[in-house]
Amino acid sequence: MFTLSIVTPEKVHYEGEVKSLTVPGTEGYLGILSNHAPLISALKPGKIEFRDANDTVQILAVSGGFVEVSQNVATILADAVEAADDIDIERARRKYEALRNRIYNAGGDVSSDIDLPSARLELEQAANRIKVYEDTH
Amino acid sequence: MPTLREVKNRIRSVKSTRRITKAMEMVAAAKLRRAQQRVEEAKPYAHKLDEMLSHLAAGSSSEISHPYFEEREVTKRTLVVIASDRGLCGSFNGNILRRGDEWLANNAHLDADLVTIGKRATDYYRKRPCKLSASFNDWGGILDYDRVREIVAYLTDRFVTGDTDAIDLLFTRFESMVRYRLSMESYLPVARPEVSDDDNGGTSLEYIFEPSPEQIYSALMPGYATTKMVTAIVESLASEHGSRMQAMSNATKNAGEMIDDLTLDYNKARQAQITKELLEVVGGADALAG
Repeated sequence: MFTLSIVTPEKVHYEGEVKSLTVPGTEGYLGILSNHAPLISALKPGKIEFRDANDTVQILAVSGGFVEVSQNVATILADAVEAADDIDIERARRKYEALRNRIYNAGGDVSSDIDLPSARLELEQAANRIKVYEDTH
Repeated sequence: MPTLREVKNRIRSVKSTRRITKAMEMVAAAKLRRAQQRVEEAKPYAHKLDEMLSHLAAGSSSEISHPYFEEREVTKRTLVVIASDRGLCGSFNGNILRRGDEWLANNAHLDADLVTIGKRATDYYRKRPCKLSASFNDWGGILDYDRVREIVAYLTDRFVTGDTDAIDLLFTRFESMVRYRLSMESYLPVARPEVSDDDNGGTSLEYIFEPSPEQIYSALMPGYATTKMVTAIVESLASEHGSRMQAMSNATKNAGEMIDDLTLDYNKARQAQITKELLEVVGGADALAG
C-alpha cells in the first residue's frame, strides 16, 4: 500500500491509500506498486486507474499533468481529471466531432485563425474521454 | 434648527442608503465565501507543484536550464498591479496604488512599465506619467482561467523575448477574513528551486525522469507561471470582497447611528413645535381673558 493524491488546480480529487496505480506517462503507461523507485514523469491524456484499500478499482480520465513517486507517496498533478462515471459521453462526442471538423476544414490553410496545436490537444483530450468512457461501460 | 420636514427627508434618504449598503454587504459576503473557497482549493496544487519543482532540482544531476530561470542585468522592469474593478471597498485600492507609486519612484532610473489588472488600477495609472503597457479589466469579481492564461502568455512572452528583464507582482494576500497583506513578489525570473534535503532524510534521491528533466521542466514551467498568477488573482479577489464587505458593514453601522441621531433631532423638533403651539394657545387664551 502506498499513498496517492490526485490534485488539480481546482481541488484535491483523491487522497488515500492505494494498492496499485496505472498512469499514462508520455512514454507509455506506467504501473506503480508499493516501494516504486523515485520517479517524476509527465503525463499525456489517458486513463488513470488505481485499486484502493477496499480493492475497488477507480478509473479516471486525465487530460495531462505530472506524476511524482517517492518513498511510497505518489502525487499526480493533473490539469483536469474526471471520474469515468462522470463523463458526459454525448458532450464529449459532440466536442470531438466539432473539433475534428474544425481541424479538417482548416486543412493546410495556415491563414486560418485556429490554433492547431491546441486544437489537436483538445481533440486528443476529447478522444481520451470517449475512450475511457467506452472502456468502462 | 432644521425644520421638521427637512429632518424627515434626511432620515428617509439615510434609510435608503442603509438599505443599499446592507445589500452590498450581503452580496460581498456571498462572493467572499466563494472566493475564499477558491483560495483554499488552489493551495494544495500550488504547494505540490513547488514541492515537485524542488525535487526535480534536487534529483537531476545537471544544472537546470529554462528560459524562466534566466537572470539578466535589469534595465527594463515591469510591475503587474492587481487591483479591483470597482470601488466602495475601503482602502483596498488606495493601499495598492500607493505601493505601486513607491515602486515607480524606486525604479525611476530604469525603463519601467506597468501592467494593470482591474479597472481601478488602469484608470489611476492612465492619468499618471508612467508607461502603461497593457491592462486587463472587467473581471466581474470572479476568476476566469482563460484570461489568466492570456495574461501569463503575454507576460512570459515579453520576458522570454527580452522585452523586459524582470517582472514584479503586486497584489493583496488574503490571510484571513479580517487580515489582508500587500505583497510585492518577483514573478519572473523564477527563483531557482531550492534543493532541500530535509524531506528526503538527508540523502537526495535518485529520480527516474520520463522524459528528460529538461522536457519535464519545459512542460512544468508554464503551469507554474499560471498557478502563481491564479493564486495572486484569487487572493486579490477574496481580499477585495472582504474589504468591501467590511467597508459596507461599517457604512451600514454608521447609517444606523446617523438615523438614531436624526430621529432624536426629529423628536426634539417636534416637541419644540408642540411646546410652541401650546404657548401660543395659552398666550392667546390669556389675551382674550385679559
